[in-house]
Amino acid sequence: MARYEVRLSGSGGQGIIVAGIILAEAAGIYEGKEVCQTQAYGPEARGGASKAEVVISDAEIDYPKAIQPDVLLAMNQKACDTYAHDLKPGGLLVVDSTLVHDLPSRQAIALPFTKIARQELGKEMVANIVALGALAKIAGVVSLGNLEKAVLARVPPGTEELNRRALAAGVAAAQDFLRGKVLRCLDEPLGTTEETML
Amino acid sequence: MARAVGEAEPTMGEKQTVAKPQLLQGNEAIVEGALAAGCRFFAGYPITPATEISEVMSARLPALDGTFIQMEDEIASLGAVIGASLAGVKSMTATSGPGFSLMQENLGLACAAEVPCVIVNVMRGGPSTGLPTNVSQEDVMQARWGTHGDHPIIVLAVSNVWDCFHLTVKAFNLSEAYRTPVIILSDEIVSHTREKFVVPDPASLTLVNRETPEVPPEWYIPYEDTPHGVPAMGIFGDGYRYHVTGLIHDVRGFPTQQPEEITAFRQRLFRKIQQHLDDIQLLETESADDAQVLVVAYGSVARSARRAVREARLQGLRAGLLQLQTLWPFPGRLLAPYLPQVRAVLVPELNFGQVYREVLRVNQGETRVELLSRIDGNLLTPGEILAKLLTL
Repeated sequence: MARYEVRLSGSGGQGIIVAGIILAEAAGIYEGKEVCQTQAYGPEARGGASKAEVVISDAEIDYPKAIQPDVLLAMNQKACDTYAHDLKPGGLLVVDSTLVHDLPSRQAIALPFTKIARQELGKEMVANIVALGALAKIAGVVSLGNLEKAVLARVPPGTEELNRRALAAGVAAAQDFLRGKVLRCLDEPLGTTEETML
Repeated sequence: MARAVGEAEPTMGEKQTVAKPQLLQGNEAIVEGALAAGCRFFAGYPITPATEISEVMSARLPALDGTFIQMEDEIASLGAVIGASLAGVKSMTATSGPGFSLMQENLGLACAAEVPCVIVNVMRGGPSTGLPTNVSQEDVMQARWGTHGDHPIIVLAVSNVWDCFHLTVKAFNLSEAYRTPVIILSDEIVSHTREKFVVPDPASLTLVNRETPEVPPEWYIPYEDTPHGVPAMGIFGDGYRYHVTGLIHDVRGFPTQQPEEITAFRQRLFRKIQQHLDDIQLLETESADDAQVLVVAYGSVARSARRAVREARLQGLRAGLLQLQTLWPFPGRLLAPYLPQVRAVLVPELNFGQVYREVLRVNQGETRVELLSRIDGNLLTPGEILAKLLTL
């Protein structure tokens, strides 16, 4: 695999950096690739902009940050607005449609990660794991088995089952998308689509 | 028991399981390096972007029979580190710009009293509380001259997780060998970048311990000169009682105003560093030998520079990289041979040109030297460095 760059973005408290670490461990420790994970965040504990990047490669990684991401995950509108233009041409834009309402491109994949976490799993804070599951399914950047190992090794004890379900919910949402079930979400008001979906 | 400088310590008393790759952050690798080097005392005050060093130390040290203390501030932190080191324990603290400013007074004491210790400064932008979460390289000169008075100091700069581990081991070795504080300069990118790393078996590392007196306590002369300029260090509690002071002192450790004693002491402080530059000055090169243009970089910027140099080569420009791992004493003698061979030198750094001035000083007008400065809290990108290289 040549240099492959993933950028995860949202706000402080959404678990963006944890998601970056888990993805890096899945690719680096469980799949044996070279990885670099970097992060950027503001001085606020919560609510400020938050960004994690994971560079994956078969070869030594010189520059540790993303140059032109192959994949962008935007977990809120501000992150989407800020980073969408950096995406590599033909790159993959995945947004949390619960919080992102203006899409910069018709190619964007909008899935309601936060809503799934809240409604299906009862914990909004696992939206990051739902998103990771969907990302892995759609982008194929790491195998789902290795991603699950990395998730379970990193999350706090006692939350394994919740996180396993969150991952599965993300994968299922992505599968629905890939089968065309939610393609309409790009053309319809988001509220309607989400209701159809869930 | 006296142990010669450079002799490996037989065992660390720490059992390591089979080496597995881990995803380690630069700050975590600094902790692992320190523990592998034998550090068993840490006193500090948490500060972004260095906090993880305190955090991991507080979790790891008690299990190793070490001591972690969160102090009331950074002045006290380095004070505690100096005291622990005088009692014979390899000791460290970690901070960022504002805390490093507070440490300058005790840093001088450690230089004057020749107390081995390691100080990690994960640089942030300044002045004052500055830019806590952003990358910066603004403390190169503060690390050299922050404490008052003429003094030698050893400053290493880390660039990736491998460096964070191995240069921390080296920092302890240098501090023990030459009885001097050693400063490790990191930055937000290096300290927070996670990479795959296999922590080496401690038995595979060369570790240095301070030389201790071979004479009985009553014969011990604490600041007696030696051929390598480093006096044997009596350990407090072992019966070797002596006076520790920041005042310029005679060989017995008491304040002196005798010009010949003052001169001898101060010259020895410099000599013990200057005559060991081969051991102290470290750098890495890439494609430097046939380079037409040379990049001199350190810290996180060296990673951008490495990529820029590789991309320049792909475009037909013979670029090379000198990555400085030792910033002070400035490795001018290692840089000098390259200067007449290249048509230009580029110094990219995240400040207004601190290492750039040193390169100019070594260069003495011989070769074109250019600065590429970025001071907005972001890392210089490979693209920015490449674009500048192509104009040289």
